[in-house]
Amino acid sequence: LRFGANLVTYKFKPKSKLREFVGEKFMALNAFTALIVILLIFIFIFKESLPIFTNSDVRKEAGISRMVFKQQYYEGRDPKWSWQPNSEVPKYSLLPLFLGTLKAAIVAMLFAVPLAVGAAIYSSEFAPPRIREIIKPVIELLAGIPSVVLGFFALIVLATVLQKMFGFTYRLNAINAGMALGLAIIPTVYTIAEDAMTSVPKSLREAAMAVGANPWQVSFTMVLPAALPGIAAGIVLGFGRAVGETMIVLMASGNAAIISAGFTESIRTLSATIAAELAEVVFGSAHYNVLFFIGTLLFVFTFLVNLGGELVLARIKERFQGRTR
Amino acid sequence: VNGATKDAVMNSTLANLGARRKSSGTIPKSLTVLAVIIIVLMLGVILANVILGGIGIISWEFLTSPPEHGMEAGGIFPAIFGTVALVFLMVMTGVPVGVLTAIYLHEYTQPNSKITRLIRIGINNLAGVPSIVFGLFGLGFFVGFVGRGIDSALFPGAGPVWGQPAIIWAAMTLALLTLPVVIISTEEALKTIPSELKDASYALGATKLQTIARVILPRAMPGIFTGAILAISRGAGEVAPIMFTGVAYYLPYLPGKLNDQFMELGYHIYVMATQSPDVEKTRPILYGTVLVLLVLTFLLNFVAIFIRSRLRMRRIHG
Repeated sequence: LRFGANLVTYKFKPKSKLREFVGEKFMALNAFTALIVILLIFIFIFKESLPIFTNSDVRKEAGISRMVFKQQYYEGRDPKWSWQPNSEVPKYSLLPLFLGTLKAAIVAMLFAVPLAVGAAIYSSEFAPPRIREIIKPVIELLAGIPSVVLGFFALIVLATVLQKMFGFTYRLNAINAGMALGLAIIPTVYTIAEDAMTSVPKSLREAAMAVGANPWQVSFTMVLPAALPGIAAGIVLGFGRAVGETMIVLMASGNAAIISAGFTESIRTLSATIAAELAEVVFGSAHYNVLFFIGTLLFVFTFLVNLGGELVLARIKERFQGRTR
Repeated sequence: VNGATKDAVMNSTLANLGARRKSSGTIPKSLTVLAVIIIVLMLGVILANVILGGIGIISWEFLTSPPEHGMEAGGIFPAIFGTVALVFLMVMTGVPVGVLTAIYLHEYTQPNSKITRLIRIGINNLAGVPSIVFGLFGLGFFVGFVGRGIDSALFPGAGPVWGQPAIIWAAMTLALLTLPVVIISTEEALKTIPSELKDASYALGATKLQTIARVILPRAMPGIFTGAILAISRGAGEVAPIMFTGVAYYLPYLPGKLNDQFMELGYHIYVMATQSPDVEKTRPILYGTVLVLLVLTFLLNFVAIFIRSRLRMRRIHG
């Protein structure tokens, strides 16, 4: 009898409804971490940049108009856009930083997109299975290189090679930083573009073949146009990454905040400015607030880019799956 | 559309195709091959450069002794130790959250429900937040808010105890950054578990929680390991998020407490490459450090890829 009683308790004790309930709710709480963190990131970064809008002293020194419009800093001199937060008269124009970020990202895209999309077309359309099995790990390997190592390579090796080849006046410049940045975003663009092409329904390919298209016509007149929105999403997501990437541009761009149209001069990007200056900034100063404001801009920008990219990809997935069914 | 128009359209399509048929697409095809070759070559050049530049200095002594003479001599042991301690704490704080998230998404919610979609949007967007923004967040939230909060509650009047850059804050910042990797990897593994196994467990009278703990989790272990390894490989290479949350260029001691600062390989590379007073003298050590970091991340990646491919085989062969 005693043994039986034990058996009964053993069987029924773990079936506690409370435990099931608590277990599920605990997991749900964890599942919301990602969402909550996104929210917290925005709150805590934006909070530190609030004085730019609310504190009159900070506003006078580094308000929005100070960041956007030309400023006359000295009597009798021309007004200009300038980022010199540590000078006697602190200057907080974001324009040189925007320009630098844009230059680096443009070079990165010009360098990375043809290579990544080309490689994606090859491995999705033409590569024999065995070669395809080699390309994927190679891209994963490239994605696995830490950005600080790419920055190191651009700073020590690539900059010297490029300067010797093209005779740049400045060793560290937008082209050097942009190329290294391109290496970092090739895996992003490649993976999404390849995915977009392989997920084009077989029925579409077969239809094209049925009307007499040869393999390359199927690829370039049927698959590529059908996958174009996906490839575009990959390019946009790659651009978002290029804008947010920090270590590469911090090490390889020369970090000079200048306004110029040329790509052979040094640049300073938004992300690198935060990385380079936050460590030495006085806690709670206008400079500190501006750096967090730059962080807010980066966060909002990448958030919107990612959201847009995700929505496009989700819609494509739905459309293709709907057709095959 | 009437029959005549249809025929006309078909004819023009066929004529178009016929006209284009002459080209077999050799040029665009070879351009795509060229793209692959360029990518492989660039990867090869980077790897060769780092290996050739760094292999000479790698020795037992280099790996186990501290830096000397302002990084111009000695080894990188404190940076290796700090990196390992950092990713260990990151895994301990981040992986459980990621695993529970994946289980909740896969076992408790409908794949297309609003909640699942919302959480997924959150995860995907978290994966896209720039690492420097994570650094700002770690400083503002962990160091400033949580750390200073603990200080003012438990150690009023004393100097900063937790409200300063520390290895635990850096690890937790990295844990959030690598959370999406863990979630996606665990979900991959959950998808490979046949539903018959779960049905059998329920048929024996097990509850959902018991099924998760005794049937699903053990089977998902390889996927969870893969996620943890990928997270480590990613976290070990990130510098921007730890810059303001706990890393130091040089410390005469190893981190022993959760609120100590620490040295780290990636940051070591950054400072040596950009702020060294004598680049020529520190160059061998710089290359050696890069090689160690690269070998570490690649080894981890290989292990993860290996486990994952075995997982995929299992899914195919049942």
